[in-house]
Amino acid sequence: MRKKIRVLIAKPGLDGHDRGAKVVARALRDAGMEVIYTGIRQTAEQIVNTAIQEDVDCLGLSILSGAHLKLFPKIVKLLKKRGGKNILIFGGGIIPSEDIPELKSMGVSKIFGPGTKTQGIIDFIKTQIDADGKRR
Amino acid sequence: MGLIEKILQGDQKAAAKLISKIEDEPTSALEELKVLKERIVPVHTLGITGPPGVGKSTLIARLIERYREKNKKVGVLAIDPSSPFTGGALLGDRIRMQMHSPDEGVFIRSMATRGQLGGLSRATAKAVKVLTGWGADVVVVETVGVGQDEVEVMRVADTIVVVLSPGLGDDIQMMKAGILEIGDIFVINKIDQGETGHLERNLELVRPGREREGWVPAIIKTIAVKGSGIDELHQKIEEHRKYCGKPREVERADED
Repeated sequence: MRKKIRVLIAKPGLDGHDRGAKVVARALRDAGMEVIYTGIRQTAEQIVNTAIQEDVDCLGLSILSGAHLKLFPKIVKLLKKRGGKNILIFGGGIIPSEDIPELKSMGVSKIFGPGTKTQGIIDFIKTQIDADGKRR
Repeated sequence: MGLIEKILQGDQKAAAKLISKIEDEPTSALEELKVLKERIVPVHTLGITGPPGVGKSTLIARLIERYREKNKKVGVLAIDPSSPFTGGALLGDRIRMQMHSPDEGVFIRSMATRGQLGGLSRATAKAVKVLTGWGADVVVVETVGVGQDEVEVMRVADTIVVVLSPGLGDDIQMMKAGILEIGDIFVINKIDQGETGHLERNLELVRPGREREGWVPAIIKTIAVKGSGIDELHQKIEEHRKYCGKPREVERADED
């Protein structure tokens, strides 16, 4: 049996706009993945502890508040510290394209902006996890 | 250091990895489980069950507060259904418990049923052992939202709390066999959301048939979101824990 892909969808910081995160969570569920959703207004500690306890393969961060350059590095750093360096990280929301290289350099694999098709996210996750085979 | 040693030292990541292995490759995890089993003493296991949306997760979040006040480490296994079509799952129980996520003394794991009927997943009983090894003083198992017949939780839990809320049917519903037979404690949650007298009277009617070996199932009224009735519930759970004596070996049905 193929291992189940487990995904954590989280919303860091003070941002209550969770429609996008819920749409993505639902789409990944329908693609056969086990999706853990934490709800809104999560701290880096909450997200990272959840990722470790749930042993997820990837972490999707949704952020529309503009604080991505503050919050993403904090989460990535803490995740590495807690032994989650193999977890695939992707992001979504309202993130200016000029910020994407910086996010990628710190370890965020991909940013999905407005207009992204959910199938694109599904394909990305499946391809990445198949490709690096480093999960778990 | 081996995985088991790490778990016994309280390493959350190691415990999480072993639970995944039990879920994904149950046969190859047997070896580790055997080693683990020899190193642990069973702890009190609390089963929380009831229909979808009655407040099981919220009640658990409140109970965790009580256990943490007494410095007890808490393990939670929260089960949600897998899709019969895609095998996917949306695991949302921990949303209600996220305030406890930064707490090192709380370990919450969401599990999908993966086709298992009965309200739990196939790996649940074994995962109880992993959390025991991690150092949990109490393990809480939250079933999927159940209807009438999902009684698997009685195979893993020492104390079973059946959670109900106002508006759930007449006295004939209360006379039916199934989950209403397995409760050691009944909780009527959301008592601010409707008339509870009817449900309470009907529960009272089924209760005498439930008396066994000197334990009369209690009925506790709560409003979990406001925290009311939680002290009483916690106290009743402790009473039942003492009544049970030594926690059972969680064996049944989990030996593949």
